[in-house]
Amino acid sequence: MITLERVYILTGAMFAAFALGRALDRKSPRRWRSAAFWAIYALSFLAGSHLPDLVNGMILIALVVLAASGLAQADTAPPVAERLAAAQRNGNWLFVPALAIPVVVLLGIICAKYLHIGKATLFDPAHATLIALAFAVLIALALGCALLRVPILASLREGRRLMEAVGWAAVLPQTLASLGALFAAAGVGRVIGQLATQAIPMTSGSIAVMTYTLGMALFTVIMGNAFAAFPVMTAGIGLPLIVGRFGGDPVIMSALGMLSGYCGTLMTPMAANFNIVPAALLELPDRNGVIKVQIPVALLLLVANTVLMALCVFRH
Amino acid sequence: MLVLSGVAIVILGFALRLNPLAVVVVAGVVTGLAGGSTLTGVIETFGRAFTENRYVGIVWLVLPVIGLLERGGLRERVQTLISALRAVTTARVLLAYLLLRQITSALGLNALFGQAQMIRPLIAPMAEAAEERHGPIAESVRMEIRAYAAATDNIGLFFGEDVFVAIGSILLMQGFLQQSGYAVAPLDLAVWAIPPAIFAFIIHGVRLLLLDRRLKRARTAAP
Repeated sequence: MITLERVYILTGAMFAAFALGRALDRKSPRRWRSAAFWAIYALSFLAGSHLPDLVNGMILIALVVLAASGLAQADTAPPVAERLAAAQRNGNWLFVPALAIPVVVLLGIICAKYLHIGKATLFDPAHATLIALAFAVLIALALGCALLRVPILASLREGRRLMEAVGWAAVLPQTLASLGALFAAAGVGRVIGQLATQAIPMTSGSIAVMTYTLGMALFTVIMGNAFAAFPVMTAGIGLPLIVGRFGGDPVIMSALGMLSGYCGTLMTPMAANFNIVPAALLELPDRNGVIKVQIPVALLLLVANTVLMALCVFRH
Repeated sequence: MLVLSGVAIVILGFALRLNPLAVVVVAGVVTGLAGGSTLTGVIETFGRAFTENRYVGIVWLVLPVIGLLERGGLRERVQTLISALRAVTTARVLLAYLLLRQITSALGLNALFGQAQMIRPLIAPMAEAAEERHGPIAESVRMEIRAYAAATDNIGLFFGEDVFVAIGSILLMQGFLQQSGYAVAPLDLAVWAIPPAIFAFIIHGVRLLLLDRRLKRARTAAP
């Protein structure tokens, strides 16, 4: 059976290649710092499952120290004239590898249940999507290299160019998820829940609904993740007040409450993989450029969710 | 109360635009220590969670293919194709993608598209090219269009995926309610994600159309 661990090995090998590519680039300043950064990140993928927690923690700290001391600049993109000539030469064939990725992922998800080796399924069913993505990338890579008649090594150089443009932001989502775990272990959620219920007089159902939806959004802004906010706010305000005291429906409350949390996700740099990483990936000069576009939508949706919940949750 | 000091550090750090990685680690250490953990314990918790969350890094596997295709002229080819289609505008490209992203996510295919594999190589260049058809565009306009493209992916994903019954958040809600003594069906939870999905399409859709109008006004006002 192909497990998630195999995909981690593949990802680790790619980062190791990025590290090697940077180390061999003699002209670049800070090349050792950057090479060390990607090599250590590669180590986390290759060996993380077998290392003790303390060593994995040290890996994270080493990455942070290297990132904070400044990494090398990414290589510049190939000149426009060269790309225009290539576009003319390759034509619409360029779309084949690009669209192969979603097509293969889709096939992988659909077929995951039916592909077997002996008794076991070919893909670990718990992670079929991620494994399908890895397969899709390998197929697209083979197609791309065949189309452009270049070796795999050339693709690793291009991949490193994009990866270094993203830079340290690449490890931010994982680091923030770790912070969430520390917040949870220290009981940050419980304290905030208590503060909210003490500070606001819950005299009517509408006030409880408003506190719950705004609390979900605000708490998600702090934690970067609606999943972390949901148990805290639902146990603290949702179930005892909206359902318990005012007789609301737990299904409507939960469904709309979670989506109010998603409104918070759209507004926070803490949700780095959705907000900060795309800004880096698209080379926006403003790290918060994506969040700024999302804030008006998120606020309007939060109001809409709150009104919908206030109207529907008590009549069933 | 002391455990909230980590939250304060995060807010302060982001506000002062310090390196977020460093801010997050300092906030984590302070929170852990305030919560009664030892320094070693904090580092261990960090290490365990960091390793468990490696799956978010798997998406970087697509970068070599995308980089290769960009060198092969993918972006420029997209521009050529889009400039031949008169009916295509920035808003229409993004509206179509919003709808596609919401529907596929609602069918449980939330990993089909994404920022690295769709927005960077295809959708953002399409949205930019639709505006560039009328002449060269300012760098600030290009960046705004890109930010809208990234936002469209997020909004489509968030307000589509909860309509699918077997998604993580629905299972989390069901599990939590069950623990608290309320037996609910995943389908009932998913049905209530439909109205917000429609609101999201309308609200972001109107904003996209407003973006088109603003782009057009800027274009015609320019000498």
